Amino acid sequence: MKIEATILEKLIEHAKAALPAEACGYLAAKDGVVVKHYELTNTDNDPEHYSMDPKEQFDTVRAIRADGLSVAAVYHSHPVTPARPSQEDIALAYDPTISYVIVSLAKDIPYAKSFRIQKGEVRPEELTLV
Amino acid sequence: MQIKVNGEIQQVSEQINLTQLLNDNQVDNPDMVSVQVNGEFIAKEDYASTILSNGVEVDFLYFMGGGQ
Repeated sequence: MKIEATILEKLIEHAKAALPAEACGYLAAKDGVVVKHYELTNTDNDPEHYSMDPKEQFDTVRAIRADGLSVAAVYHSHPVTPARPSQEDIALAYDPTISYVIVSLAKDIPYAKSFRIQKGEVRPEELTLV
Repeated sequence: MQIKVNGEIQQVSEQINLTQLLNDNQVDNPDMVSVQVNGEFIAKEDYASTILSNGVEVDFLYFMGGGQ
Protein backbone atom coordinates (compact mmCIF):
# COMPACT_ATOMS: atom_id res chain seq x y z
CA MET A 1 0.00 0.00 0.00
CA LYS A 2 1.28 3.46 -0.85
CA ILE A 3 0.85 6.20 1.72
CA GLU A 4 1.93 9.80 1.89
CA ALA A 5 4.66 10.26 4.50
CA THR A 6 2.75 13.10 6.15
CA ILE A 7 -0.24 10.81 6.69
CA LEU A 8 1.90 8.21 8.41
CA GLU A 9 3.22 10.96 10.69
CA LYS A 10 -0.38 11.93 11.51
CA LEU A 11 -1.23 8.32 12.38
CA ILE A 12 1.64 8.23 14.83
CA GLU A 13 0.56 11.57 16.29
CA HIS A 14 -2.97 10.21 16.70
CA ALA A 15 -1.64 7.06 18.35
CA LYS A 16 0.36 9.13 20.84
CA ALA A 17 -2.51 11.50 21.54
CA ALA A 18 -4.85 8.61 22.30
CA LEU A 19 -2.56 7.10 24.94
CA PRO A 20 -3.04 5.20 27.11
CA ALA A 21 -5.87 3.96 24.87
CA GLU A 22 -5.63 2.55 21.38
CA ALA A 23 -6.38 4.92 18.52
CA CYS A 24 -8.40 3.96 15.44
CA GLY A 25 -9.58 5.39 12.16
CA TYR A 26 -9.91 5.07 8.41
CA LEU A 27 -7.40 5.67 5.64
CA ALA A 28 -8.62 6.97 2.30
CA ALA A 29 -6.87 6.80 -1.03
CA LYS A 30 -6.87 8.52 -4.38
CA ASP A 31 -5.34 6.80 -7.39
CA GLY A 32 -3.92 4.08 -5.18
CA VAL A 33 -2.19 6.37 -2.68
CA VAL A 34 -3.41 7.01 0.87
CA VAL A 35 -3.78 10.76 1.05
CA LYS A 36 -5.99 11.33 4.09
CA HIS A 37 -6.72 9.83 7.48
CA TYR A 38 -9.95 10.10 9.45
CA GLU A 39 -9.73 9.76 13.21
CA LEU A 40 -12.58 7.87 14.84
CA THR A 41 -13.58 7.36 18.45
CA ASN A 42 -12.37 4.23 20.16
CA THR A 43 -15.60 3.45 21.94
CA ASP A 44 -13.76 0.95 24.16
CA ASN A 45 -11.37 3.73 25.27
CA ASP A 46 -9.04 0.97 26.33
CA PRO A 47 -5.26 0.38 26.15
CA GLU A 48 -5.77 -3.13 24.75
CA HIS A 49 -8.93 -2.94 22.66
CA TYR A 50 -10.71 -0.78 20.15
CA SER A 51 -14.17 -0.68 18.62
CA MET A 52 -15.68 1.79 16.20
CA ASP A 53 -19.14 3.27 16.51
CA PRO A 54 -21.23 2.25 13.46
CA LYS A 55 -22.87 5.65 13.08
CA GLU A 56 -19.49 7.37 13.12
CA GLN A 57 -18.27 4.77 10.63
CA PHE A 58 -21.14 5.54 8.23
CA ASP A 59 -20.61 9.27 8.62
CA THR A 60 -16.89 8.86 7.94
CA VAL A 61 -17.32 6.65 4.91
CA ARG A 62 -19.76 9.18 3.44
CA ALA A 63 -17.25 11.95 4.15
CA ILE A 64 -14.58 9.93 2.35
CA ARG A 65 -16.86 9.60 -0.68
CA ALA A 66 -17.69 13.29 -0.55
CA ASP A 67 -13.96 14.03 -0.59
CA GLY A 68 -13.68 12.05 -3.81
CA LEU A 69 -11.64 9.33 -2.12
CA SER A 70 -12.12 5.63 -1.44
CA VAL A 71 -11.66 3.61 1.72
CA ALA A 72 -8.29 1.89 1.61
CA ALA A 73 -7.73 0.71 5.15
CA VAL A 74 -8.64 0.79 8.78
CA TYR A 75 -5.88 1.60 11.23
CA HIS A 76 -5.44 1.18 14.93
CA SER A 77 -2.58 1.47 17.37
CA HIS A 78 -0.82 -0.93 19.68
CA PRO A 79 0.51 1.19 22.55
CA VAL A 80 2.93 -1.40 23.95
CA THR A 81 2.99 -4.33 21.55
CA PRO A 82 4.42 -4.84 18.06
CA ALA A 83 2.65 -3.92 14.83
CA ARG A 84 1.29 -7.34 14.11
CA PRO A 85 -2.36 -8.48 14.19
CA SER A 86 -3.34 -10.05 17.50
CA GLN A 87 -5.61 -13.06 17.61
CA GLU A 88 -8.47 -10.68 18.38
CA ASP A 89 -7.52 -8.46 15.43
CA ILE A 90 -7.57 -11.49 13.14
CA ALA A 91 -10.82 -12.87 14.51
CA LEU A 92 -12.57 -9.52 14.07
CA ALA A 93 -11.18 -8.70 10.60
CA TYR A 94 -14.38 -9.30 8.65
CA ASP A 95 -13.84 -6.93 5.74
CA PRO A 96 -11.86 -8.69 2.99
CA THR A 97 -11.79 -5.62 0.76
CA ILE A 98 -9.51 -3.37 2.81
CA SER A 99 -6.09 -3.33 4.43
CA TYR A 100 -5.49 -3.30 8.15
CA VAL A 101 -2.75 -0.93 9.30
CA ILE A 102 -1.29 -1.19 12.79
CA VAL A 103 0.79 1.56 14.38
CA SER A 104 3.07 0.40 17.17
CA LEU A 105 4.42 2.63 19.92
CA ALA A 106 6.23 -0.26 21.56
CA LYS A 107 9.70 0.87 20.52
CA ASP A 108 11.44 4.20 20.85
CA ILE A 109 10.72 4.88 17.20
CA PRO A 110 7.05 4.32 16.30
CA TYR A 111 6.37 2.33 13.17
CA ALA A 112 3.48 0.90 11.19
CA LYS A 113 2.78 -2.20 9.16
CA SER A 114 -0.03 -3.11 6.81
CA PHE A 115 -1.82 -6.42 6.36
CA ARG A 116 -4.56 -8.03 4.36
CA ILE A 117 -6.62 -10.37 6.51
CA GLN A 118 -9.08 -12.69 4.82
CA LYS A 119 -10.88 -15.53 6.58
CA GLY A 120 -8.24 -15.69 9.30
CA GLU A 121 -5.32 -15.66 6.91
CA VAL A 122 -2.88 -12.81 7.46
CA ARG A 123 -0.79 -11.52 4.58
CA PRO A 124 1.66 -8.68 5.24
CA GLU A 125 1.83 -6.09 2.51
CA GLU A 126 4.45 -3.51 1.72
CA LEU A 127 3.81 -0.04 3.11
CA THR A 128 5.50 2.36 0.75
CA LEU A 129 5.99 6.02 1.64
CA VAL A 130 5.48 8.48 -1.19
CA MET B 1 -34.26 -2.22 -10.98
CA GLN B 2 -31.46 0.06 -9.93
CA ILE B 3 -30.25 0.87 -6.43
CA LYS B 4 -27.13 2.43 -4.97
CA VAL B 5 -24.96 0.22 -2.76
CA ASN B 6 -22.09 1.81 -0.85
CA GLY B 7 -22.18 4.68 -3.29
CA GLU B 8 -22.13 2.51 -6.41
CA ILE B 9 -25.09 1.84 -8.68
CA GLN B 10 -26.13 -1.80 -8.90
CA GLN B 11 -28.74 -3.54 -11.00
CA VAL B 12 -30.74 -5.90 -8.80
CA SER B 13 -33.84 -8.03 -9.19
CA GLU B 14 -37.27 -6.80 -8.19
CA GLN B 15 -38.37 -7.72 -4.65
CA ILE B 16 -34.81 -8.30 -3.48
CA ASN B 17 -34.42 -8.14 0.28
CA LEU B 18 -31.45 -7.06 2.37
CA THR B 19 -30.34 -10.60 3.17
CA GLN B 20 -30.18 -11.42 -0.53
CA LEU B 21 -28.40 -8.16 -1.33
CA LEU B 22 -25.72 -8.81 1.28
CA ASN B 23 -25.29 -12.32 -0.07
CA ASP B 24 -24.97 -10.99 -3.62
CA ASN B 25 -22.28 -8.63 -2.34
CA GLN B 26 -20.23 -11.51 -0.90
CA VAL B 27 -20.94 -10.68 2.73
CA ASP B 28 -20.07 -13.92 4.50
CA ASN B 29 -20.98 -12.70 7.98
CA PRO B 30 -24.14 -10.61 7.76
CA ASP B 31 -24.34 -10.59 11.55
CA MET B 32 -21.13 -8.54 11.55
CA VAL B 33 -22.31 -5.76 9.28
CA SER B 34 -24.39 -2.69 10.01
CA VAL B 35 -26.82 -1.62 7.32
CA GLN B 36 -28.48 1.67 6.54
CA VAL B 37 -31.20 2.16 3.95
CA ASN B 38 -31.59 5.78 2.94
CA GLY B 39 -29.58 6.70 6.00
CA GLU B 40 -31.67 4.77 8.50
CA PHE B 41 -30.28 1.82 10.45
CA ILE B 42 -31.99 -1.50 9.81
CA ALA B 43 -32.08 -4.03 12.66
CA LYS B 44 -30.43 -7.33 11.81
CA GLU B 45 -33.63 -9.25 12.49
CA ASP B 46 -35.33 -7.16 9.81
CA TYR B 47 -32.87 -7.83 6.99
CA ALA B 48 -34.93 -10.64 5.45
CA SER B 49 -38.17 -8.71 5.64
CA THR B 50 -36.76 -5.48 4.25
CA ILE B 51 -37.70 -5.41 0.57
CA LEU B 52 -35.74 -2.86 -1.41
CA SER B 53 -37.38 -0.55 -3.88
CA ASN B 54 -36.06 1.12 -6.98
CA GLY B 55 -33.71 4.03 -6.26
CA VAL B 56 -32.98 3.34 -2.60
CA GLU B 57 -29.52 3.88 -1.19
CA VAL B 58 -28.11 1.01 0.81
CA ASP B 59 -24.92 1.27 2.78
CA PHE B 60 -23.32 -1.54 4.71
CA LEU B 61 -20.08 -1.74 6.63
CA TYR B 62 -18.36 -4.25 8.80
CA PHE B 63 -17.90 -4.11 12.52
CA MET B 64 -14.42 -2.79 13.22
CA GLY B 65 -12.63 -3.72 16.38
CA GLY B 66 -9.71 -5.58 17.81
CA GLY B 67 -7.16 -5.71 20.52
CA GLN B 68 -3.42 -5.86 20.96
